[in-house]
Amino acid sequence: MTATMDDPVLVVDKLTKTFGSRTAYSDVSFSVGRGEVFGFLGPNGAGKTTTVRSLGTLITPTSGKATVAGLALTADNAVEIRKRIAIMTEAPGLYGRLSVTENLKYFVGLYHLSDGEQRIKKALDAVNLTDRAQDICSSLSKGLRQRVGLARTLLNDPEILFLDEPTSGLDPVAARGVHDLITGLRDRGVTIFFTTHRLAEAEALCDRVAILNTTLRTIGRPSELREQLFNRGLVVTTATPLADPARVFTGLPGVEGWEPDPAGGYRLAVSDPAVAAPEVVRALVHAEADVLSVGESRHSLEDVYLELVNEDVEANQR
Amino acid sequence: MSAIRAIQAVRSGRIDSTRVRAVVRKEVTDYRRNRFVLGTMTVLPILFLANPIINIFTAPTNVSHTALDARVGSTMLFLLLVPVILPATIAATSIVNEREQGTLEPVLTTPVRSEELLIGKALAALIPAVTIAYTMLGIFLLMVKLFAHQQVADVTLEGPRILAQVLFIPLLAGWAIWAGLAVSVRANDVRVAQQLGTLASLPPLAITALMAFNVITPSFRVAVLFAVGLLLLDVLAYRLIAPMFDRERLITARRAK
Repeated sequence: MTATMDDPVLVVDKLTKTFGSRTAYSDVSFSVGRGEVFGFLGPNGAGKTTTVRSLGTLITPTSGKATVAGLALTADNAVEIRKRIAIMTEAPGLYGRLSVTENLKYFVGLYHLSDGEQRIKKALDAVNLTDRAQDICSSLSKGLRQRVGLARTLLNDPEILFLDEPTSGLDPVAARGVHDLITGLRDRGVTIFFTTHRLAEAEALCDRVAILNTTLRTIGRPSELREQLFNRGLVVTTATPLADPARVFTGLPGVEGWEPDPAGGYRLAVSDPAVAAPEVVRALVHAEADVLSVGESRHSLEDVYLELVNEDVEANQR
Repeated sequence: MSAIRAIQAVRSGRIDSTRVRAVVRKEVTDYRRNRFVLGTMTVLPILFLANPIINIFTAPTNVSHTALDARVGSTMLFLLLVPVILPATIAATSIVNEREQGTLEPVLTTPVRSEELLIGKALAALIPAVTIAYTMLGIFLLMVKLFAHQQVADVTLEGPRILAQVLFIPLLAGWAIWAGLAVSVRANDVRVAQQLGTLASLPPLAITALMAFNVITPSFRVAVLFAVGLLLLDVLAYRLIAPMFDRERLITARRAK
């Protein structure tokens, strides 16, 4: 199912939260389309969890407004909003002396849901925990507890699922399990809003990401953010350094500049890799260079993140 | 939620009994598997039942009616300690414990209202405490009826005295629970909450002590009047405590602005 911004399920408008003199987040605006997987990134203390708590009606914003699952974020709508969403907190917060099923039954009651048994079975199926249903939660590994926490968020078929660092502290295999679950939920049309420190997972899973560092630093598709922040480029590697790289690269169609790559080879700034690459290959062949590879330089979401967060660090130091 | 809103929620009858039942069920299941709670629920009643029984059976019969009355009164006061101390200990840890274990925030993300959560926790502490206290009272009265000296039995089994016990047990437990919950929503440490909760639950015992020691002569009328007073105190305590349940402060340790 594809996300649509014509039907935003979450609209945030200039939301701000302060605790005394400390600002948790300020002037944050964005919207999330129905069925979208939206990543919320930022360093520790950036205000991600506080934003999730605000949108989940646990914390009252100081100013600004928001619409969550079609309802204005007000105290009067708090109970109704909480019926339509689910939040998985960073720690799953399970009752250690109760079994998996007893934990889920409690939440079925709190949501006042009918057909509880069916819902519990469906939720446990979704997280592959059916065979552990009667296990006492204190006996489960961290990864399994996280899955129980996820199962709990599925009980009420939420319109928006907030996941606060769902893979925090998990090993790669357990984290992969959570990724598969998120992908499965996206396929079912659930809107997912998740905060993470793992930029690779955000890049792999999210339709769009926002980077928050008290204020919203940027928002967009990962590919768009890369293009906004970094020049497009080609990376050329050769077996031996070129005798006169300036003569080879300067003036080629589509090539705007070049520099030696500290890792070996050359980095070329280009307007369009599809135009520039054949020209560069021809020039290298003409120069009788021992070419090992010519490829488009890839900036990861991590590069985007570090660029923006480092800007903030530098600005704070000035 | 402001104080006015919380009170309006109660008045408008927006309390969902399914959610309250869910909280009670979960709490009771959790107590049954908690060794500390089970131990307290077992050892405390045995101690507080043994003492009055010994006291009554060793009571001299060649003393004045007033002296015997005072002895019986102080003995029966012992039976009121369990419905005060037991639920106060449980209630005082119920919220702060959840905060420490990280289970409170997931609960608060659900549609459960603060009042529903508090009532559920209060009932979960009240039901076992009152059941235990009535059982203790029943055993005590049966022992007195069957085995105590007739003179002692006559004083112990006076109608107003028994009525006072029957009425005061749930009402004192109610006060102890609200006092315990008030401490629990404000405290940041389980041990501090336990100590303060027990202390806060004791003042109403002073009223019953006045009756026990014959400062106020026990009668049906006095017993009922004091019971009504305690009931009003319980309602007032609930209305004061519900608005104290500030979700933002409980999650962030900072007061909502």
